[in-house]
Amino acid sequence: MTFNKRLPAGLIGLSICLVAGISVDARKNGDPSSQAAALFRQPISKDHKAEHAVNRLTFGPRPGDIQHVQALGIKKWIDLQLHPQRIPENPILEAKLRPLDTLNMSTAKMLQNYPTPQQIKEMVGGKIPFPDDPDKRMMVDRLAARLQGKTEQDISLPHAPKLTSLLAPGQIQVLRAGTAQQKLDLFGSLPQDRQDQVLESMGQGMRGQLFVAAPPALRRRIQSTNGPQAMVAQDLVEAKLLRAVYSGRQLEEVLVDFWYNHFNVFLDKGADRYMVTAYERDEIRPHVLGKFEDLLRATAQSPAMLYYLDNWESMGAQSTAGKRRQRGLNENYGRELLELHTLGVNGGYTQKDVTEVARCFTGWTIQQPQRVAEFEFNPKMHDDGEKTVLGVRIPAGGGIDDGFKVLHLLAHHPATARFISRKLAMRFVADDPPATLVNRMAATFLKKDGDLRAVLKTMFDSPEFWSRGAYRSKMKSPLEMVASSLRALNADLDFAFGLNNQLNQLGEPLYRKAEPTGYSNSGQEWLNSAGLLARMNFSVALVNNKVPGVKVDSAPSSEGVALGSPDFQKK
Amino acid sequence: MSSRRFFLRNSALAMVGAGAAPLWLERALYAADATSPRKKILVAIFQRGAADGLNIVVPHAEKRYYEMRPTIAVPRPSQISDRREDAAIDLDGFFGLHPALAPLKPIWDEGHLAIVHAAGSPDPTRSHFDAQDFMESATPGLKATPDGWMNRAMPRADRAAQISPVRAVAMGNVLPRAMRGSNPAVAVQNLSDFQVRNREASGAFRTLYADSQDPLLQAAGRETFEAVSLLQSIQTRHYEPATGANYPKGRFGDCLRQIAQLIKADVGVEMAFADVGGWDHHVNEVGARASQGQLATRLADFGQALAAFWLDLGDRRQDVAVVTMSEFGRTARENGDRGTDHGHANCMFVMGGGVRGGRVYGKWPGLEPEQLYEARDLALTTDFRDVLGELVKVQLGNRDLSQVFPGYTPSPRGILL
Repeated sequence: MTFNKRLPAGLIGLSICLVAGISVDARKNGDPSSQAAALFRQPISKDHKAEHAVNRLTFGPRPGDIQHVQALGIKKWIDLQLHPQRIPENPILEAKLRPLDTLNMSTAKMLQNYPTPQQIKEMVGGKIPFPDDPDKRMMVDRLAARLQGKTEQDISLPHAPKLTSLLAPGQIQVLRAGTAQQKLDLFGSLPQDRQDQVLESMGQGMRGQLFVAAPPALRRRIQSTNGPQAMVAQDLVEAKLLRAVYSGRQLEEVLVDFWYNHFNVFLDKGADRYMVTAYERDEIRPHVLGKFEDLLRATAQSPAMLYYLDNWESMGAQSTAGKRRQRGLNENYGRELLELHTLGVNGGYTQKDVTEVARCFTGWTIQQPQRVAEFEFNPKMHDDGEKTVLGVRIPAGGGIDDGFKVLHLLAHHPATARFISRKLAMRFVADDPPATLVNRMAATFLKKDGDLRAVLKTMFDSPEFWSRGAYRSKMKSPLEMVASSLRALNADLDFAFGLNNQLNQLGEPLYRKAEPTGYSNSGQEWLNSAGLLARMNFSVALVNNKVPGVKVDSAPSSEGVALGSPDFQKK
Repeated sequence: MSSRRFFLRNSALAMVGAGAAPLWLERALYAADATSPRKKILVAIFQRGAADGLNIVVPHAEKRYYEMRPTIAVPRPSQISDRREDAAIDLDGFFGLHPALAPLKPIWDEGHLAIVHAAGSPDPTRSHFDAQDFMESATPGLKATPDGWMNRAMPRADRAAQISPVRAVAMGNVLPRAMRGSNPAVAVQNLSDFQVRNREASGAFRTLYADSQDPLLQAAGRETFEAVSLLQSIQTRHYEPATGANYPKGRFGDCLRQIAQLIKADVGVEMAFADVGGWDHHVNEVGARASQGQLATRLADFGQALAAFWLDLGDRRQDVAVVTMSEFGRTARENGDRGTDHGHANCMFVMGGGVRGGRVYGKWPGLEPEQLYEARDLALTTDFRDVLGELVKVQLGNRDLSQVFPGYTPSPRGILL
């Protein structure tokens, strides 16, 4: 247990030169030279190294983690984290992920198995197939019966039989006020189809109470009664929290969080609701320790990104489709690709470049977003003329290759190397990382063909990473605060909606950053009164076992205070 | 309620233990301007998603408006009583209000509501995120600006003088860009939740933050706990809005009610911010009738909340100015889906005791094809910073506009008395 109440020596120097007024910019507007820079040249003591490594490469130490790293050897441990395939996965994690079946589905399968009311109508109308799985098919049949005869506006209103026609008053009373075991026993004693009807007829409150008492399989059935299409989002959030808390491949999880934010997609934008699962699983995760160009290409071709930034509708005004539909170029993706994904806002591109890049990506679209949701290049939408991007001429007639040429150019551009390196250094080293480090990382990026593992290694080997300027200098994001709290207490995470609500209060609803910038890597972004109060209240609730879905061993209130303390907000 | 009350910060803090609800509070003289008894207040409301200005303040005298929006235009003001809720409410013979904004008409008639049309940001972006960022930072086109206009607008205060910890309040659990910067600003999701719910822990937290060696956390902690203390007296009293002030159910009504509560509690609020989403009507903006569809629903909530707020303020109205804005407007022509796409200029409301209302300000550019921006949108004739600049100077008393609006010189339109 490492609630560090000691005075981190390095911060005394920093506090001397900083103004003592609350300031988002204080560090930046403070002293950028001498004192701050000097701290990045002062190494931390040997005793602090393991703690620092664990704080930065993981979602926080569990009891015993730091000693384990010290025993193994820090270099060896970091190398292991840089090669997650060598780390056997935590069986507890795998067991908890298993019921979340949407996680392994293709988008099309998900649409089939967890349909929206609109899709159910189309299934009944024979336009799209019913689910293969017999249980899912039964669920859809029931939902279809419910929706029968409803108009567009009423589609979300369930039309279930009254509970009093299904159960005796004594039985209803047990479900309302019985113990957890009594509720489960009663429910389990009913025949299957009666159970389903009862679930649908129960009010939200009663259903919620049964939920918290229920084992995982029953919880899933209860959730799907609430609305199957919500399962997809719930599974995503639950998996992310489970992984942050339980995964042994901590650095990989931290990197998935980083790269998802970098290539942000807003879960709640229309069809993205169904496409984010495959996006994170197939386009982000496999590449976090690979080559940047591979990661970039994967995101550029992902239906999730194409939909989120509207590129799927972008077409050349003079293309076949453009002329027919009287529509044209949508520059959204082109702009964000340059500004947020690669070169950065100061990367030296012009508005003309944005337009030219957008032209290159016309035709990069999605096959039937509401049904199939796979990448498709549609030549009829493509602007096939000649383009010039960042001074490079792209001849006419290139088709889909125009886009790949742009991605290749961007992935190897020095501005990209600097931009990406700086962002990584912001996440892992300091809110305002020293230029010396960023330059070295950028050099590795360019020399090693965008090999992200190599860039990270340059960073983890650097004196700046192991310096007083880095040590305990960053404020945790809400996700980090929540995950590190659970890890510090060895808490048991059973289901996630309680934590999800907490994260909303803390200001970081997962997968729900509307802006393409994603959540910030700067810790100071989170420094505001509502956030601090929410952290304090969360800490107290957590140790008192008042967060639904999380169980902790009974702990003295001083532990709640420690988790909400200023020290614990830092890493 | 006009007597000045005094808040001696240090001594009051010493007396306000964790969890103690003071039955009295002596209020402070705020900022350097010690001679004025009551500070003026600016409330900024951001409609996120690009609200359709042309259907909100309808140019009903424009033939082109009806030609470009054959199915979703708001009908001309009607003298026939049974169609009133589906037709524009005439304002000045040229413009009319969307019928769902009927609650605002009396305020217009009393001369306390002004409208600025064809206003907004000159930047050509049609990205929601960029445009909101540019408007909140008040530096269109510049992405690197870290702070916001409201933060920069806070009149400079002598460090030694007392400043209310809730001088700038944003309703929400994230501080909006508009309020970010070097001056203190507080994000409040709900007044009633703005506290540490465990009494014992609260005291321990307060001490830990006060003792923190990290200056940023220490300052943030101090700000937070000072705000908590100050707001405690509000939390223990049940708030009754003024008679007749019927806030609609929902988050926006809640936000305005809480802002009114804060203003009337005299805790030193000088600026407040609230946002409301759901304006991005690409599809089904207008239903079969003007009183139906997404826009009507949003406006009913919007108008009712603002009208309730106005009533609720009571005699504090003379101190308050409300300004509304949205990142850009929408296309002049409807699209194929009974909706509109991202556009350019929009309309802004300014409501307050000191407002020269009952007028639509700004030069109307017209809707002929050659008068449109990029042949598709309402053209811009008033930069939003002209409106905000006047409010900052006259309402907030901050004359250093070049610092608030870098790279721009606002020209006032005479909206404030």
